[in-house]
Order: sequence, then C-alpha cells, then structure tokens
Amino acid sequence: MTAGAAANKYLLDIQDLDVDFEQQRGLAQALRGVDIRLQTGETHALVGESGSGKTVTSMCIMGLLAMPPGRVNRGKIIFQKRDLLQLNENERRKVRGKDIGMIFQEPGKYLNPAYKIGEQITESLILHLKMKKKAATENALDLLNLVGLGKNRRVLKSYPHELSGGMKQRAMIAMAIACHPALLIADEPTTALDVTLQLQILRLLLKLKEKFAMGILFISHDLGVVKEIADRISVIYAGKIIESATKSQLFENPLHPYTKLLLLSIPDATKRGERLRAIPGTVPDAEDVPPGCSFHPRCPLAEDECRDAIPPDIDYGDGHQAACFLIGRKWIHS
Amino acid sequence: MDPFIEIKNLVKDFYGRGLLNRRKLAVRAVDRVSFDIHRNTVFGLVGESGCGKTTLVRSILYLDPPTSGEIRIDGTSLGNLSSHQLRSFRKRMQIVFQDPNSALNPKMRIEDSLAEGLVNRRFPAAERDRRIKRLLDLVGIATTHRSRFPHEFSGGQKQRIVIARALCMEPDFLVLDEPVSNLDVSIQAQIINLLLDLKKELALTYLFISHDLNLVGYFSDRLAVMYQGRLVELASADEIMRNPCHPYTRKLFSSMPGKNTAIGEAEDDDENANLESSDGKIAALSAACCTYADECPIGDRQCKTDEPELMEIADGHRIACFKA
Repeated sequence: MTAGAAANKYLLDIQDLDVDFEQQRGLAQALRGVDIRLQTGETHALVGESGSGKTVTSMCIMGLLAMPPGRVNRGKIIFQKRDLLQLNENERRKVRGKDIGMIFQEPGKYLNPAYKIGEQITESLILHLKMKKKAATENALDLLNLVGLGKNRRVLKSYPHELSGGMKQRAMIAMAIACHPALLIADEPTTALDVTLQLQILRLLLKLKEKFAMGILFISHDLGVVKEIADRISVIYAGKIIESATKSQLFENPLHPYTKLLLLSIPDATKRGERLRAIPGTVPDAEDVPPGCSFHPRCPLAEDECRDAIPPDIDYGDGHQAACFLIGRKWIHS
Repeated sequence: MDPFIEIKNLVKDFYGRGLLNRRKLAVRAVDRVSFDIHRNTVFGLVGESGCGKTTLVRSILYLDPPTSGEIRIDGTSLGNLSSHQLRSFRKRMQIVFQDPNSALNPKMRIEDSLAEGLVNRRFPAAERDRRIKRLLDLVGIATTHRSRFPHEFSGGQKQRIVIARALCMEPDFLVLDEPVSNLDVSIQAQIINLLLDLKKELALTYLFISHDLNLVGYFSDRLAVMYQGRLVELASADEIMRNPCHPYTRKLFSSMPGKNTAIGEAEDDDENANLESSDGKIAALSAACCTYADECPIGDRQCKTDEPELMEIADGHRIACFKA
C-alpha cells in the first residue's frame, strides 16, 4: 500500500514518530517510532503508564510540543491527507481546535480561571467559524445542552471555579467539540473524576462520537475504562507501541507479555486471598531506555535475543500486531 | 471477642463564623457514623470525593478530634486521654497518605525521615538503627540506599518508604488513604502485595480508603459505603460485591469500569444528574431525611421526611434505606 492510499483510509495515520527531549541530564527518548492508525468513527485507546509517551504523542498531534527542548527526529502525522509536521504555525493553528479538538485530564487546570465559561466556548467559534458574538453565544448554549449541562445561560456566565469537577469536564468537552472536529483527543478525561461521573463522561463521549462521526484518540492508563469505551487499543511502553489490537483481541488473547501481565495484575474481588501477579521492576526512564526490547528487564520470559535486538512489529492476523520475539514460543500462564 | 476498633456515633462538624463572630454550623462532614473493625482484618471505605472519608479517618486518628461520638481502640477510649497520653497512644496508629511525593520531605535523607518519630520518642541510636534496617528490609528497599534523598527513588519505592515510616513505631493499626492511586498500574500490584504480606507478618489491622472499587473488593474483608457523611451500607466485601442493596451502592458498583455492562444501556436519567454539585448540598445535611432521596430511583415521600437508620437486613449486612 502506498502512503497516499493509506492516508485515504485513515483519519489519522502516525508513522514511525520519534521524539527526543534535550535535557541537562541527557537525551530523553520520549517516542521511539510510534505507529498509530485511526479510522473515522473509531475510538482508539492509547494505553500506557506514566512516562511511556502517551501525552507526548497527543501534544505532537496538536502541535503543542515546545521545540526546543523537544525535537522530532523522524516520522509523519498524516491527518486528512496532510502531514501535520510539515505545516507552519499559521496552518497548524487553523487545524488545532477546529479539525482536532482536545480534552485534558484536569479540567480545572486547563480552563482559564479568569474568563467565563461562555467566553471560552465562543472563542473558537468566533475565531475558526467567523461567527458573530451573538450567534456564537446561541451556539454555545446548544453545545452546553449537548454535553448535558442544559440550555443554561447561568453556566455560560460562570467562572470555572463556580462549577463542580464534572461540570467543568463537560464544559471542556463543549469547547473541544465546538467546531465539530473530525478528531477528538481525550487525554485521561476521567482520571480526575469520581467513578459515577466517570461513566457519565464516557457515555457522553460515545454519544458525541456517533453524532459527529468523530474519531477519538482516547489516552488512558486504566484498562478498566478502556474496556468500556475503546474499539481498538494500542499499548505503549517506553515510547513504542508494543501491541495493537481490537478490544476483544486484546482482552481475550493478549500477545505481548507486558499486556498479559498488566491484565493479570488488575485486582478483582474474586481473587481475594491470592497474591496479585505483580510486574517486577519499574517503568524505565526515558533517559535510560534499555537496549533491545525495552521490556526485557521486567519480562519473566526474556532470552538473549530480547536483550540484543528490538523486536519488529508483526501482524498476527486480523490487524493484531505485537512486537515480541517470543510470541508462539513461550507464554505466561495465569 | 471485643472488636479492636469501635466507632460509635461519630460526628464531625465544621463551623463558619456568623453574626458577632458566633459559631455557626456550616458543614456536618461526618454524621453519626458507627462501625467496628476486628483485629487483623481490612476494613474498606468507599465513596465519592467529598463524602467525608478523609474527615472520618482524621477524626478516628484524633488528628481532628470529632465533635461528638466515641472512638475506642483496643478498649481505650481516645476521648478520655489527655493530650500527653494521646501522643503516646498515637504510636499505635499510623497513616499512609495518597501521594508519596508530597508525604516525604524532599530535603531529608530517607533514614532521617524514618528516624524522626523514633527520635521524638527518645529511642536510643542503636535501636533506631536496628529498626530502620529491619523496616527497609521488610518493604524491599536496599539498606545501602538509606542515606539517599526522596527524589532518587521512583514513585513505587517512595510509597514503600512511606509505608516503612508508618511502621517505624510498630503500630498495630494502619490507615491507608488511597495508598496506590498515584502509582503506575504495574506498580500498584507490588504495593498491594507488600501490604498484604506486612499485614500477615506484623498482625496489622487496616482501614483502607479507595475509590477503586475493584481494588477495594479485592483487598477488604468488610466494606462500608459512605454517602454525604453517612454510612449507607456496611457488610462483608463479598456480600456487598455480590448483593449490593442500597440504591447508591448499586449505582456505584454498576458504574465500576470494566464491568462492561453499564455503558451500553441507554440511560438518560443521569444526563443532568450532576448539575447540582454534591458539595453544594452538604450544608443541608443535618435535615431529617435520607441524603440520597433526591437522586434515588426508588425513593418516595417517606425518604424525604424520615431518616433511615442503619438496619441489619442479613447477618452482618446493614443498610440505611427504607425501600431496599
């Protein structure tokens, strides 16, 4: 398949993205060749632990990465047939917030405390869609209704601190979808919320996805949440996608030892009294990624081969990809 | 056998200042909470943020003395102790906080952090040294790292150190306030295993707070569900997971991620449910009604005029609801 044809098929096609950070302590390899393909109408979850490169990936797509210290060494981010990395800042700005919307983890931190909610929602409508202020306000009311806050002028006139956590997150979703983006990036949108709210927000995202036929890139560390919402899941470890599969493939038949161990380490009331299957060791630092397969120091199956070479990404049928030498040869039994 | 910890009718009020600087009841954060914890068991406490979990445990540890109610630990009523006696009693109860990054002083070497309590209680240097060595061994930190600073450790290691520090005074009761929620998924299981091992080895009793229902169900023996300052359901963890009775508990457990059932259901009832934020309603708490009545799917008029009390519906299973 040529690059052009691939770009037609996918809404977002990230190819071999490699990002470094120049630091005093040394070079931090944040992303080491990330490939993610996302189709229109698909919820694609990017799962990984802290420091694995989830947020750097989303910042690269949005073009919000500070460069320097960040540096993109290779790779393409093809979105709607254009490589986002080749655009200049002016063109980027037209995409950001219009064609790609983003929701952040802590709504309290990303809403501007000095502006009313209404001003923040209408900002992108006025800027991108050239709406008049009055029309934008009406539009903002519809948006609030859509995200479950009702056609409520009071909310528009509130400052962020006057709203509860769940309301702030809904307001931020309203901002993100204001211009009907084709792609919505949700960076841990429910981590800071209570369980009951979490489910409401997930439902809302699914509802909006259907309504606007968006693709969602859902970033999370919580496999439980991902199981609720994702169509497809990519697992990232130390800046590289180590497994990518549909939800059912991944949960029923994980191929990479890391994925398998993550699934085994989830506590569950039915396992009470048994010890949890913990993964030894810690997540590697981006400054000090182990050679070969980056998971080998923690992998109970590791062989010499794993220490020497980086395992290639291999498709095991039906788009189930994983990067491990030992698939089919050795396995972790629960 | 008497329970190790008995909490009776614990109330914690916070006051605002009214006219002429008179005290005015602003918030009743914990409202007549009673429960027992047996020795060497894990008591789990779940509830949404702002429901009073942390206030409750702070009251139990007498960090914020309760407004009224009684706390007995191993037969000793904490309210009757003088501040001096309380201070020496405190070494029997310790707390592990949520965020290991902010729980350790970044300017202190970890051996000094660990020794602080021991120095305060005038332990001789040799004994301090012996204990620190033993504890670091116990939590799996190399003793050669004892003179390092907190930033030289990873999050999981820091939490191990915080646990070691809590164990320094050889307590028999440990409060775990979301001990793993700030840790990476692959590290959480390590810490949970460590806590289970320590409990067995040192015969500890835990009060475990978490919002991760999967984890609480796995870790606890008994489980209490708290809503706006009151306990609404109390039972063995098995019983609650299998047969939640209070409507709030049901809602909570049906929203458990990974259950795979809830999200497909086209439920529009909660579309606007969180419009009134729960923090806005706390002030009305002392009113005689079920605090959950406004949101409850099965509530009726009685729920708004009478207050349900925690009633036993099966052996060891208590709920506060008229309807269930």
